[in-house]
Formats: sequence, C-alpha cells, structure tokens
Amino acid sequence: MRASLFITCYNDTLFPQTGRAAVRLLERLGVDLDFLPAQTCCGQMHANTGFRGEAYSQARRFVQLYRDTECVVIPSSSCVAMIREQYPGLFEELGNGDLRKQLTALLPRVFELSEFLTDILKVEDVGACFPHRVAYHASCHSLRGLHIGERPFRLLSKVRGLQLVPIANLDRCCGFGGTFSVKNAEVSTAMLESKLTDLLATGAEYCTALDNSCLMHVGGALHRQNLEMKPIHLAEILASTEGLPQGSDR
Amino acid sequence: MTGPVMDPRIAPPFPEAAFPILQNTQLRKNVAHATDVIQAKRNHLVAEKKDWQELRTSAAAIRAHVLANLATYLEQFEKNCTAAGGVVHWAKDAAEARQIIIDILREEKASEVIKIKTMTSAEIQLNPALEAAGITASETDLAEIILQLGNEEPSHIVVPALHVNRQQVRDIFARRMGLPQLPDDPEALTAAARTYLRKKFLTVPTAISGANFLIADTGSVAIVESEGNGRMCLTLPKTLITLAGIEKVVPRFSDLEVLLQVLARSATGERLNPYNSLWAGVTPGDGPQNFHVVLLDNGRSEILARKVERQTLQCIRCAACLNTCPVYRQTGGHAYGSPYAGPIGAILTPQLEHMRHAQSLPYASSLCGACYEVCPVKINIPEVLIDLRAQVVDQERNESKRWTDPMYMGMKVANFAFSSAPRFRLAQWFGRVGLRFFTDKDGWIRKLPNLGSRWTLSRDLPGMPDQTFRQWWAEKEGGRSRETEPGKEAR
Repeated sequence: MRASLFITCYNDTLFPQTGRAAVRLLERLGVDLDFLPAQTCCGQMHANTGFRGEAYSQARRFVQLYRDTECVVIPSSSCVAMIREQYPGLFEELGNGDLRKQLTALLPRVFELSEFLTDILKVEDVGACFPHRVAYHASCHSLRGLHIGERPFRLLSKVRGLQLVPIANLDRCCGFGGTFSVKNAEVSTAMLESKLTDLLATGAEYCTALDNSCLMHVGGALHRQNLEMKPIHLAEILASTEGLPQGSDR
Repeated sequence: MTGPVMDPRIAPPFPEAAFPILQNTQLRKNVAHATDVIQAKRNHLVAEKKDWQELRTSAAAIRAHVLANLATYLEQFEKNCTAAGGVVHWAKDAAEARQIIIDILREEKASEVIKIKTMTSAEIQLNPALEAAGITASETDLAEIILQLGNEEPSHIVVPALHVNRQQVRDIFARRMGLPQLPDDPEALTAAARTYLRKKFLTVPTAISGANFLIADTGSVAIVESEGNGRMCLTLPKTLITLAGIEKVVPRFSDLEVLLQVLARSATGERLNPYNSLWAGVTPGDGPQNFHVVLLDNGRSEILARKVERQTLQCIRCAACLNTCPVYRQTGGHAYGSPYAGPIGAILTPQLEHMRHAQSLPYASSLCGACYEVCPVKINIPEVLIDLRAQVVDQERNESKRWTDPMYMGMKVANFAFSSAPRFRLAQWFGRVGLRFFTDKDGWIRKLPNLGSRWTLSRDLPGMPDQTFRQWWAEKEGGRSRETEPGKEAR
C-alpha cells in the first residue's frame, strides 16, 4: 500500500511530533509512505476567514500536487473536511473543467488518519501500548464534517493499557474555530472553560483528538492553568509502544 | 447600566457586545439552563421519530421548492386570500411596511393594538413606530409581556425572555402590575398575566400578528403557539393585520403535515404545538371582519438571488440552532444586536442589512456545525457563514484601512507563504526567529503582542520546536524526496 502523508501547515511548524508519529505508525503497518515537501497548506484558514481566492489557490496547489498519488493520508480531520466540503464549491466557482475533473478523481482517495486505518488498512489493533487514562475529544470537523463515528474509539479500545474515560457533552465545540479564537477571543475562552470543566471531570491524564487545532486550544489553557492533563494527538498514542518489551521510540 | 442595542445599524460588533454579557453570570446561567432544557426535550422527541431524517428532507424540499417558485406561490396566495375577503399589501422594505400598518390603524381610529409575538414586527421595529404615531402596542405573548413591562430586549426567537428567570419575572410583574405581594410560583405569575391580558382582549378591537405559514392553495394563514393568547388576538378583535415575510408561503395545505411536525419538535420539544390556528380571509359574523396581510420583502429578494445564501430563507424560525449553538450558549441573544439571534441571526441579519451592517455576525461562530445538524429544513448555516465572510472580505479588499488591519495583512502574508514551499520554509524560519523573543525558558509562550495577545488572553502556546516536520523528513530520507512545485513537472 502506497500513501502520501499530508502534514497540515501548523502541524509541520508547531507539532512535528504528530507527523513523526504518523510516519512511525504507518510504516510499522507496512505502508510505503511518501511525503511531498512541496506541500504547504490546505487553505482552510483562508476559506473560513472569507479569503476565497487565496483559499482556492492553495486548494488548486493541493490537487495539482496529489492528483497522481495513490492516496493521501492526513492526520487532521479539519483539513480533510475542508477538502471534502469546500473544495468542490471553490473549484465550481473558480476552477476550470480539467481541475474539477482532477478534484473529483482525487477526493475519494483523501483520508483522515483513523479512516485510513480502519477503512483502508482495515486494522483496529495497531500494536500500540499506552498505559494511561485518556479522554477522547471529538473535534467538530471529525464529528459532523467527516462523520467519523466510532472509528477513533475502535482504535483506542485496542491500545494496550489504555483506559478510555467518557467525557460529558462530547459533541460540544471547544471554542477554537480557527480565527474565531482570536476575533472572538472572549467568547472562545468562555467556550473553552466549559470544555475544560467537562474534560477535568473525567480525571484523565491525557486528552486526545484527531486535530491538533483543538488540542492546541485545550492544551494552551491546561498549561496556562497549571493543570496536569496533557494534550496528545491520536497518532501519537497509536504510534506509542510505551511499556512494551521491545521498548519505545517515543 | 445601558441595555443591549438591538438595532443592527447601530449595535456594536459582536465581540464588543458579548463582552459585558460574559461578565453577567446570572444571565449566562439562565441561558445555559433554558437551552439545555429545551434541547433535551427536542432530542427526546426527535429520537422517537424513526423517520426524522426523511421528515427533514421533505421539509427542506418543500421550502426549497417554494423559494424556487416564490413569485408563483405569492401570487396564488394573494389571489386566494383576496377571494376569501382579505386585503393583501406588498411592502418593499421596513419603512413601507410600518407605514401600511399605521395607515390601516389610523383608518380604524385605533389608539391601542394588541400583538401576537411576531419576529417580523421586531425586524421592522414596529413598536417604536406605533408609539411615535400615538398608538400603544400591547404584547400578549407571556414572554413578550415580561420584556415589554420589564423594558427588556428579546434574546431568543421562540422564547424571547429566556434570559429572565422566575424571580426576575416576579419582580417585573410586581412593579408594573402594582402587585407587591405577588409570589413567584408559576401559577400566581400566570394568573397575574391572565388578569392583565383579559382586559386587553376584551377592550382592544385591533390586533397585529405574524405568520408561521401562508398557504397558497387556500389563501390561509397559520400561527402556532403555546399559550392560546395568540388565538384570542386572532378571534376577538374586529380588525386583524398579519405581517409576514414573503418567504413564509408554502404551496399546499397538506404541506403543513410535514412542517408542523418538524417545527413543534424542533422549537419547543413538543409533538404538536398546543395551539395551531388557521384561518382564511373573513368569515361574516365570526372573528375579525377586516383582515389585512402585509407581505414584506425587506431584502429577501436580494437573498433569494444568491445561490448559496438563498437557503437562509428556508428558515421556519424554530430556533433549534440557537439552543444547540455553543456560542449562543455563552452569550445569549443580546450580543447579536438584532431580534434574530444565534446562528440563523448571524446569517440573516447582515443579509437583511444588505451586508452594510452587522458584518461581525458571520464571524460570530466557530463553524462547529451543530446548527446544521439540528436544522429541520437543512439550512447549511456554516456554508452560508463562510460565504458571507467572503462577502465581507471582498468589501474590505477595496478599503484603504485593510493595510492597517493585522488580520487582513496576516492572511495576505500567509497566502504568500503558502504559495510555494521555499517561501513556506522561509516563513517558518522567520516564525522561529520572531517567536524566540516571546518564548519563555520552558519553551512556552505566555504573552504575544497585537493579534497574538487575543490568543494569549487565556491560552499559552507551545514555542516552535527546533525542527519542523519537513526538516525531520528531509533528514530521515537523506534528500531522497524531491521538492517539485505543482504544475512544474519533474523531467
């Protein structure tokens, strides 16, 4: 199985450990992985802030870059949601026939990481070990954009030593929302407080998600408030072999 | 303390309007509690309906069909309503609608008019106009009475006094109805309101209503409510004026089968609304003998002409999007500076204002999509929000102030950086150098300047790691992968 890894702009810059974990995990599962260093950004930030033309130029770049790849794996559900939900509209308005055809052909080959694992590789037990109490935060884009459903739970349930603790109001937004967190910082903070209350009630050591955007938001507040809970991307848990006899590369 | 401004033309931007509300813990508690209660009821009644998704699809199809054939159904409604004895008026905008209503009331020599809760009358700011014309407007919906007597502003489409709790209602009634001994139990409060209302119903011969639906094939109007006060207004007065947005029309009487089901379940968490009133024109000797319908455009034709935004007009005002919205949950309705609050308000208000006012509203959302999920007529609110944001930005592109707007400039610079990998790497390098000044010894950033300070208001930021992913990959691959710009094929 060949796949191209798309590493979201801010993951590349701020959270490289997530990309490294995705590489470790996928290579361990036998995927012939490639990374195209020409990649930059999916265009979501521009699209969601109202910069359609700019978003389109990045979307076009994405399609031109990946049109010949077997499939694209992205450890970020909001980028996948951007590609699936917004690219067609952008290409309809600003693209030409050829590009629209390339997009249509590419879309079914773009996967979020947990989709790729469960739907394409058809694995749930990825051989991970992570002996900790973990709360899973459902990012809005994974929940309502990708309808990710039980996939991350199925993956987490097979991780050795991991104790998954349920969180109340799972479907409620953490208040990040991209530039929303800056434009409406006070409201975003109030939403975050409400999410923290639910998270802390779980008593988990780690909060995981499919998106580092939510985790940057939640984790930023956890750190500000000197709380013990740590944010961790799902890819890092699935890549972890902590406590296994052969040792860990974390 | 000054109250909230509910006129989108003069209201402060959303973040500014939200600020004092976020300090008001009582109001926030009231809003969170009320929306939780309604939402739980709604979820329960939606879950028992096995064909809920099919119902939604039907409701959306009916509403979309109406919008695609709006002129046809409006003309059909006018014809059938007129044949049944009603008088149909067409109002281009709010001012015209207000004038038509005032003219009718003057003809009737009315000094007071009783009102059924109507969002559309709030949209055209009818009450102040009536007052200015010397006509007292008396609300009869229980929540609207609370607001009117308490000089409060509505904060929700369906339950406009949801930010006021029982003790606060008691205080308003005690003060304004002269009942200092009034207890705060629901029975006593309802009884006080009833005494106040009965006098109105029996003495005021003119009434104003909105409409939930206008039915084209019968020329009738439908109003749903929970209290029965609306029905009093619809049956007792001599003259009745119904104000309705042009989008409220539906083709057939039988369409109500679908729409009343999704509306009641979505709005109040009931299988059917307690009062469903339907009437056509005038019935001699029974009910109002003068019946007027004012059909309001007020920007709706413009919305109709836009491909993505058109779905805004599918709305049946159930407010399920407000109850589920995590933003509304924190701010309540007042921050939206318009009678239309919450996600639907965030898309409707700026459009009704021709995108000249309320431009902060499309940004008053984290785009979490909860609104779209519950919408009984499947309005893709996030999609419309994004399209409206694009309209706002396109206006900004021609304004000179854009050069000093850090958000605008940040977006332009980011786009430049994202347009090629070498530029992106350079931006990452600049980022690392720049952030170093703000990164503490433990590798965390606690205070950023300018726009960044909006982030560090409540959140730390991890400093930039020594190695980006792409650097790590290049090292791992030992230069095996080539960086080929898209469009420039490798030979």
